[in-house]
Amino acid sequence: MLKVLRMEKPTDDPKKKSDQALFEALVSDVALSKDRKAFETLFINFGPRIKGMMLGSGASDDLAEDLMQEVMLTVWRKAALYAPERGTVATWIFTIARNARIDRLRRQPVQPYIDVEKVAIACDAPSAEARLIDSQNDEMVRTALSLLPEEQKTVIELAFLKFMPQSEIAAKLGLPIGTVKSRTRLAYKKLKEKLEDLK
Amino acid sequence: MSIHHHLDDASLMRYASGDLDPAFCVIVASHLAMCEGCRKAVRLAEAVGGDCLDRTEEASLSADSFARLSQMIDAEAGRQTPAPAAAKASAADIRSDVPLPLQSLIGNSLDDVNWQWVVPGVQRHRIELAGTGSSLFMLKIGPGRKMPEHGHGGTEMTLVLSGSYRDAIGRFGPGDIADLDEHVEHQPAVDSDDPCICLVATEEPTRFKGFVSRLMQPLVGI
Repeated sequence: MLKVLRMEKPTDDPKKKSDQALFEALVSDVALSKDRKAFETLFINFGPRIKGMMLGSGASDDLAEDLMQEVMLTVWRKAALYAPERGTVATWIFTIARNARIDRLRRQPVQPYIDVEKVAIACDAPSAEARLIDSQNDEMVRTALSLLPEEQKTVIELAFLKFMPQSEIAAKLGLPIGTVKSRTRLAYKKLKEKLEDLK
Repeated sequence: MSIHHHLDDASLMRYASGDLDPAFCVIVASHLAMCEGCRKAVRLAEAVGGDCLDRTEEASLSADSFARLSQMIDAEAGRQTPAPAAAKASAADIRSDVPLPLQSLIGNSLDDVNWQWVVPGVQRHRIELAGTGSSLFMLKIGPGRKMPEHGHGGTEMTLVLSGSYRDAIGRFGPGDIADLDEHVEHQPAVDSDDPCICLVATEEPTRFKGFVSRLMQPLVGI
């Protein structure tokens, strides 16, 4: 078990916006020219975090490693489907990780998330306007999340950072499920308001 | 299609974080397939996940991690890659009166559903899904049929696929979803000329038996 080499990481710039531009270019290189070097840079950036998320959700080290590899393999295969107007590279990879985890847990013949994505690709035409708004979402989401009251932030982070089910969040925090739901609702509402303000 | 009833924000967030059980995931995804506004709303919820991924602590990977991944990619390069068209819903998929997430479960036409009569005026089709404590089924209810007033033992969602009904909350037509919390009382009545076909997901199947019997009571006259 080695800590992954960090020296190839192209930037430690905390400004995520420039990260997004870089990641977008890397995904595009993978999509257009199957660029293995670009893919490796994405792997170095996201692999350890994907595994960290899987570990945080209770997966064993082996399972977390395996799921991470599966997620990155999907990134390789589906790079051409990444559409910046639908979200950042991190958001896209998050959804792939979420789906991989669910597939592993449930082994269902249905693929609701993939089906919705297929409909979105067919119907939701990217527009320059949507793009403009969404390119700012990333930072706005970050800012809005950081401004949430602690109790809402906790609920959101347990759900998204650790994939914790609502019922377990309620049990962990000693709250009724209804309270967890209303905090989630409030958090979402605030995020949306932030973005509306921006428009 | 003009949709007036949408998903609750808490449901959007649970879908985005992967916390819905298979029955609810299918019904939420079916609404999303019909509703561009909610697809956009989910993207914001998913952006929360993207931000969390950015902030997650990095775990150490196994030493040969990238090498193994590279081997998988090399092995794949020799094989045929799937056609890119498979990533996009076809025009026929979009036109179908069955939303795409439901097509693998019931086929691509509402005419082909294998209905079972429950009582006169009401037909049902159960959808079997593994790994869920919830029930997923379809109802086809005749014009003018009224349901008795009922509350909900747990969360229930109803998505209208065809026809319409009206209750205290409003009128529900194709694409509308009733994403109800517990304890909401309502008395739906079908107000379309054709039968109303809905997809229903409900928690707690034992309670649901109670719900169905209450639902059917006035229809069978007990």
